[in-house]
Amino acid sequence: MNEIALLIAATLSAGTPLAIAGLGLLINERAGVLNLGAEGMMLIAAVAGFAVAFHTGSDTLAFAAGAVAGALSAAVFGVLVIWMNTNQYATGLALSLFGAGFSAFVGIGYVGKKLAERPSFELPWLAELPLIGVALFRQHPMVYLTILVTAFAAWVLYRTRTGLVLRAVGESPESAHALGYPVRPLRLAAVMTGGALCGVSGAYLSVVYAPLWVEGMVAGRGWIALALTTFATWRPARVLLGAYLFGGVTMLQLHLQGQGVQVPSQFMSMLPYLATIVVLVLISRNPTWIRVNMPASLGKPFHPGH
Amino acid sequence: MKHLARRSLMKHAALSAVIAAAALAGCGKKEAPAPAAAPVPAPVAAPAPAPEPLKIGFVYVGPVGDAGWTFAHDLGRKAIEEKFGDKIKTTFVEKVPEGPDAERVIRDLVAQGNKVIFATSFGYMDAMEKVARDHPEVKFEHATGYKTAENFRVYEARFYEDAYMAGVVAGRMTKTNVLGFVGSFPIPEVLRNINAYTLGAQSVNPKVTTKVVWVNTWFDPPKESEAAQSLINARADVLLQNTDSTAVLQTAEKNGKYAFGWDSDMSAFAPKAHLASCVVLWAPYYEKTVNDVLNKTWKTEVTKWGTKEGINDFAKVAEFVPAEVKAEVEKIKAGLKDGSFSVFKGPIVDSSGKEQLAKDVVGDEAWKGGINFFVKGVEGKIPSGK
Repeated sequence: MNEIALLIAATLSAGTPLAIAGLGLLINERAGVLNLGAEGMMLIAAVAGFAVAFHTGSDTLAFAAGAVAGALSAAVFGVLVIWMNTNQYATGLALSLFGAGFSAFVGIGYVGKKLAERPSFELPWLAELPLIGVALFRQHPMVYLTILVTAFAAWVLYRTRTGLVLRAVGESPESAHALGYPVRPLRLAAVMTGGALCGVSGAYLSVVYAPLWVEGMVAGRGWIALALTTFATWRPARVLLGAYLFGGVTMLQLHLQGQGVQVPSQFMSMLPYLATIVVLVLISRNPTWIRVNMPASLGKPFHPGH
Repeated sequence: MKHLARRSLMKHAALSAVIAAAALAGCGKKEAPAPAAAPVPAPVAAPAPAPEPLKIGFVYVGPVGDAGWTFAHDLGRKAIEEKFGDKIKTTFVEKVPEGPDAERVIRDLVAQGNKVIFATSFGYMDAMEKVARDHPEVKFEHATGYKTAENFRVYEARFYEDAYMAGVVAGRMTKTNVLGFVGSFPIPEVLRNINAYTLGAQSVNPKVTTKVVWVNTWFDPPKESEAAQSLINARADVLLQNTDSTAVLQTAEKNGKYAFGWDSDMSAFAPKAHLASCVVLWAPYYEKTVNDVLNKTWKTEVTKWGTKEGINDFAKVAEFVPAEVKAEVEKIKAGLKDGSFSVFKGPIVDSSGKEQLAKDVVGDEAWKGGINFFVKGVEGKIPSGK
């Protein structure tokens, strides 16, 4: 039983970075911008977060630095694709590659450095509960914050005027423009919000999860987060669930090995990606699913005045 | 007000990030080879020309700062630079991917006039073999491979000796009698280490079993720490790894368990969890090579060195490890040095109960190279294919 509780705890912790980044990407995709640069932004933020945590010892400042680094790299991307109308796919890929190289270069001095010891986190009383305490209430605050942020994002997107405008920009920028909304600045804001969340995710990886910096340490999680938005058909709550599912499969394979269950580990390593492909195939077979949820102008540039 | 404060905080963070980046960009810069000396008027009457230094090139698979495999090789490079002074001149190329790119890098190093080239990862083997064929005048040295030629030889360390001593300490320190091992790939070298770790532990504590989790990578710190966590969750309380980062050690620290450093001294990363480090010191071999070349005695061979030759060291045993245990380790070390002790000495029984080495028989090189089983006490099966 205790093993299961520990597996759940590990799943929450592994799913969290995917969920935050996925949520960020969902926000900019809802505004009609596809940012394939997630991996690069997360790497840049990971090194920035690690550096700040290393010098100040503060997790909060580290997350702030990660968010700023992510937002800034997203802003560069945003200006290019929103104002200069560069191709979103190519620019995003470029950001991914640039981020990998840039973070490696900037981070040279931080490879092999160690962060100061940090306290483990427990919620008072709740953490003492048998099983449930182990499973749910001994996580880093970011794990709980992620759930709150998801709820908040869902509320903003579907229950507020801001969310309505943002979705309008993603569905039909021409109409939003005709109504007098500043489409380009709104898109930039969404892209930067997405970048900031990706940045928090990167900082979580390097400061809390690993916790250390080495080049390329995001190791494909940015791409998984991108897949998650589609997997979740652009719904915040589903992003969260998907993230736990992906995190869970990763952890399950390691736990099964630890328990001596004889499943080829290579097969299990492959599972999360296989699941993505299966879900993509399934939702693509159902055109209404996609049409109802996918932002209609996703990936398309907008030229005001046309 | 509050809003303002937060904003200035953010600014502060951003600023410090930028400053850090700038500072790094400065100090991270590698000494570029001096640009072709500007035409400064040559000093008249130069002193008698010193003999041309022997140029030596190193090819690294990771960044030198990885605190593991590549870092250890670079320590070896620095050691020979210090020892031979201006008789040699070394250069290195780091982060060279295994495969076709490596061939280009090695050819480049040859073109720059390097007369000895060390390729420090298994996957450089074929690339190096090709270049070696075209340049008989250059000596090629390859770590951990199995191909050789007239001018192409192989060197390797006996990591399993360290793993055995780690096992002895683990067997004494474990409370659950369950050890954990984070494995990279199920190749003989790694299987040797898992088996040696388990045999070492069983030599002092027959109840010990070892759980193995494969991560299928040499280097992915988040994954390594997930694997370590899953082993701890499965009740393992002393961990060893065959991967290159400090993640396993740090995860053990976080959970109040024990672990070992691998490749280099990692004691600084986890003061409470660190039991000892299985260190590899390449300097003795690199010195031998330079001497061989300078004395013109270099010939092709396969060198497998270990504790005896000073290449492997079980170092930095933690202070809190009981003195008796330290003495046991020292005894083994002494035995390895004078040849009276061998890690793989029969009877060795595999996990299916089959005898792999009869009583009092010592496993020879071929036997060790072909290990494809777990010894009794290791849980699980080796992933198929091997």
